[in-house]
Amino acid sequence: MYVAVKGGEAAIANAHRLLADRRRGDASVPALTLEQIAGQLALAVDRAMAEGSLYDPELAAMAVRQARGDLIEAIFLIRAYRTTLPRFGNAVPVDTGRMRIERRVSATYKDLPGGQLLGPTFDYTHRLIDPSMTGDVPVEPPLRRARTDAGCPRVTDILGQDGLIEPDQPDDREPGDLTREPLEFPAGRDLRLQALARGDEGFLLALGYSTQRGFARTHPFVGEIRIGLVDVEVEMPEVGFPVTIGRVRLTECQMVAQFKGSAKEPPQFTRGYGLVFGQSERKAMAMSLVDRALRADEFGEERNAPAQDEEFVLAHSDNVQATGFVEHLKLPHYVDFQAELDLVRRMRRAQATQAAASDESASGDDREAAE
Amino acid sequence: MSSSTETAPNAARRRAMEAFAAADTQALLAAWQRIAGRLEASALRGPEAGLIMLRGRIGGGGAPFNLGEASVARASVRLASGEVGHAMVLGRDAEHARLAALFDAGWQRADWRGRIETEVIAPTLVALAEADRLSAEETEATRVDFFTMLRGEDD
Repeated sequence: MYVAVKGGEAAIANAHRLLADRRRGDASVPALTLEQIAGQLALAVDRAMAEGSLYDPELAAMAVRQARGDLIEAIFLIRAYRTTLPRFGNAVPVDTGRMRIERRVSATYKDLPGGQLLGPTFDYTHRLIDPSMTGDVPVEPPLRRARTDAGCPRVTDILGQDGLIEPDQPDDREPGDLTREPLEFPAGRDLRLQALARGDEGFLLALGYSTQRGFARTHPFVGEIRIGLVDVEVEMPEVGFPVTIGRVRLTECQMVAQFKGSAKEPPQFTRGYGLVFGQSERKAMAMSLVDRALRADEFGEERNAPAQDEEFVLAHSDNVQATGFVEHLKLPHYVDFQAELDLVRRMRRAQATQAAASDESASGDDREAAE
Repeated sequence: MSSSTETAPNAARRRAMEAFAAADTQALLAAWQRIAGRLEASALRGPEAGLIMLRGRIGGGGAPFNLGEASVARASVRLASGEVGHAMVLGRDAEHARLAALFDAGWQRADWRGRIETEVIAPTLVALAEADRLSAEETEATRVDFFTMLRGEDD
């Protein structure tokens, strides 16, 4: 028998009203504006966009505000929003080689064409909390220097010319889309990268870290990280040519890893790739490490570490799915639990009966021995 | 942006559409009122909000993959004088898409094209280039200039 129970409507309504109050915080303090969130908590907004898999800084700022800064909650809101809208089409693949560079570093070549441009980085800061953060001390304007108009080729295009690094495989086949077709294993690298691009930063960071600690043999170098704006071009059938409809900020990471070669391939550097919405360097690096680890089969590498296990990685990288399944445990499971409680009681009774029976026979044996 | 294989009229219209997509909504509205006055226009489609799937390439230059979506708004309009205009812009600003479509239609009128160029397209592209230059110069100031430390071993 299954008995449905209703109740809690008033409690839920009151809880949501309380949440709205707590979200707003002290009413005598001015409310956060979207411009403040997008402008001053830009990296939180970037993370919400990347893992929400929807590029829209203002919308992501709204989500962060509504979620009280809980980024996974904000990502959930963004994912829910995107399901309400039609998809008009696909953009032309972005050309990161023509990015308007805001930061570009290489750990492999000191003097690479285009140079090392640090940009707005936390690197080399002392990680001491700045007492001026209690107030609103005026900030000095950035210095400027005339631009030397040399191009900024991707480092992999430079290395590639010597044949020392595996080249890109140009191909224009239609990529798979895990938002339209359920993911099946084994998945192509296109689907893996789509999943990783929207995957949880913390999860990918831990997996990437695990590969460095020996759980998958790679010895990677950051060939290049670049951050900047790229044009979004869309083919418009109404006019018959592609049009740039705006720009997005992306972070790209090219991780290179030594490969000792095989019967078919000479020794060379192989690559892991990361591409993420916004300024998200840690995520792009972690993504490229995991991408490389997941290519184990391509290079005849033994697969024995979590980061090389495609199903393990891709089935658990999505934090909206993960939080949904973990957090559902707090919802009422009264009937399930009653059933299990009953089962445990019966098991205990059975065990007690069995113990009593064996006690009886054991004491019978004792008596026999005593007699 | 524009590739050399395109015919010249397409390249010109494309440049114009890209400027309308990059322009500020309020500036477009003011310019439209100045240039078009009370000319009627009807909506053929939208303005409506939707998504575009952005794509990257594996390794930067390989096969495409789906990176994630972006908010867009699009519109198609017809002017009372007959020209049809289309627009798609990044973001959720439906009014921006509507105005960009109006300008795409208006640009096709020979009698308006010159004014649209001087009052909308050129100023937008100049402002965009100026913002790019400022950002590039700020980045340039963070360039690492390596120098070699001489050691005294030869003495």
